[in-house]
Amino acid sequence: MSNIKSAFANGKAFIAFVTCGDPDLETTAKVVRSAVRNGADLIELGIPFSDPTAEGPVIQGANLRALSGGVTTDKIFDLVRDLHRDVTVPMVFMTYANVVFSYGKDRFIKTCKEIGIDGLILPDVPFEEKSEFQPCCKKYGVDLISLIAPTSENRIAMIAREAEGFLYIVSSLGVTGTRSEIKTDIASIVSLVRKNTDIPCAVGFGISTPEQAAKMAGFSDGVIVGSAIIKLIEKYGSESEKLVGDYVEGMKKALQM
Amino acid sequence: MNSKGRYGIHGGQYIPETLMNAVIELEEAYNHYKNDPEFNQELTDLLNNYAGRPSRLYFAKKMTDDLGGAKIYLKREDLNHTGAHKINNVLGQALLAKKMGKTRLIAETGAGQHGVATATAAALMNMECVVFMGEEDTKRQALNVYRMKLLGADVKPVKSGTATLKDAVSEAMREWTSRITDTHYCLGSVMGPHPFPMIVRDFQAVISKEIKEQVLQKEGRLPDAVLACVGGGSNAIGSFYHFLDDKDVRLVGCEAAGRGIDTFETAATVNTGRVGIFHGMKSYFCQDRYGQIAPVYSISAGLDYPGVGPEHAYLHDIGRAEYVPVTDEEAVCAFEYLSRTEGIIPAIESAHAIAFAMKLAPTMEKNKILVITVSGRGDKDCAAIARYRGENIYE
Repeated sequence: MSNIKSAFANGKAFIAFVTCGDPDLETTAKVVRSAVRNGADLIELGIPFSDPTAEGPVIQGANLRALSGGVTTDKIFDLVRDLHRDVTVPMVFMTYANVVFSYGKDRFIKTCKEIGIDGLILPDVPFEEKSEFQPCCKKYGVDLISLIAPTSENRIAMIAREAEGFLYIVSSLGVTGTRSEIKTDIASIVSLVRKNTDIPCAVGFGISTPEQAAKMAGFSDGVIVGSAIIKLIEKYGSESEKLVGDYVEGMKKALQM
Repeated sequence: MNSKGRYGIHGGQYIPETLMNAVIELEEAYNHYKNDPEFNQELTDLLNNYAGRPSRLYFAKKMTDDLGGAKIYLKREDLNHTGAHKINNVLGQALLAKKMGKTRLIAETGAGQHGVATATAAALMNMECVVFMGEEDTKRQALNVYRMKLLGADVKPVKSGTATLKDAVSEAMREWTSRITDTHYCLGSVMGPHPFPMIVRDFQAVISKEIKEQVLQKEGRLPDAVLACVGGGSNAIGSFYHFLDDKDVRLVGCEAAGRGIDTFETAATVNTGRVGIFHGMKSYFCQDRYGQIAPVYSISAGLDYPGVGPEHAYLHDIGRAEYVPVTDEEAVCAFEYLSRTEGIIPAIESAHAIAFAMKLAPTMEKNKILVITVSGRGDKDCAAIARYRGENIYE
């Protein structure tokens, strides 16, 4: 069984996203531990990329701050080794295809396995291109996580049938970032997924408030929050640990109601 | 393997899931309309009567005599409406988008030539138009920003990243993911995810189709070499395409080396880059050891891009085409040389091809034939070149 499933074993899952090295790796470590202490069920660690085409301004800013601070893939691997001394929830990497490809995909994914990374999210690798990374992921037992978008329609069944870990349901058109309203019919997307697989569905893009989280969790198995957390880190930097903890606690509470 | 649009190991469709149905829809529409006689008739009519095709193949006698080697012909894409080869692709894509029921075109632009061409086609076809342009480039090319606005387009300055062409592409892609139903992304070069490299190549292939007919008519045989500048590579692939099977025709792409390929201030992707995955395609990219895309530099805003089209990457791999670096200084000298020698002011992009021809032609025998594609006109560059030469001229 995929280790990721354990994140969905305690009710609706709260998945927290942080960009590694924003503004420095010490802050990332503190924020991740705080999120886990306060109820995060899975941690999505972003490896920054110079040109993150699926991200809105908030996460673009985080990528830029992290890279300006000198973070590299190797330093992030060290961060994960450190986190694993006490963090027990599953962790996945979110990054762009070139970061993995350029490092050497076998070497990158082998290292993921060694340091305890359970999955890999690559927003610029759709179903048609997953054979680029899938064989390596399979070889080392790292889940390659698939995304389903509001425009996926006739593609949902195909994607769901081969999905691993969890399915990342993109709530809205466009890029990452908080939104006041989510209009996509998530319920019908999830029901189509359910006909093809029993792996969990988590909804991301645009979720920031406890009300949105509770609503989305009503249709799915959990929610993913990135930009709202990054905004706290952007504003409070190395002092953001407690604020992120409080925020995660509030969100997790909303999911348990 | 499901992957489409491969050129050897290059190409593919590395894009967010949100865009997959859009590119599939585009591919299906293109495959339908490319064989539709009515579509082709409309496009030919636009190319001939609106854009001014066929463009001339001009025998550059003074340049030939001066360099003392091969006979030099210039393929005059600079004489097209809007002043560059970009219009060939834009008219094709805009007409296709219209047939698909789209009412809005979005585009990226570097120097502004593709943006102006897209704004032009949008005006002609009653479509809404939004052009993304790096904030740095909007300052460097203020006149082209005004041209686009005059044509009714909305120009959005892009502040992210290095605020140049690659960031304009990223922002246009982001915009497309947020608004797909009524919007076509009119990509300006033979890059991005499949089917763009194929569609743009097919619409630009008119260049080599004409060169072939014209040179056969004038010389009764094929040329010995065809030269074109390469950024993303649309005028080059257009110039090469109908010669790919003619193995005796040497094909040379001229890359922007900026201050030199031994410096970091270069945009010579094939010469200095590594295989990577970015902007929807696998190809050569300028990048650091961790795969972060490198800031690139060239005096030419149109060649100032860290990648190259996947078909060029493949032609390089198999040795069918060669890609040579040309520095800013060499390009500026060629810009001035062609102006003085033939009375033709080429775009600074095209001047990169002229510069390599100035080295190559004297090494060839007098009975050899060299064709250079002049991809655009150089009026837009005069102020920048004057500044490069120390004259204080602003637009």
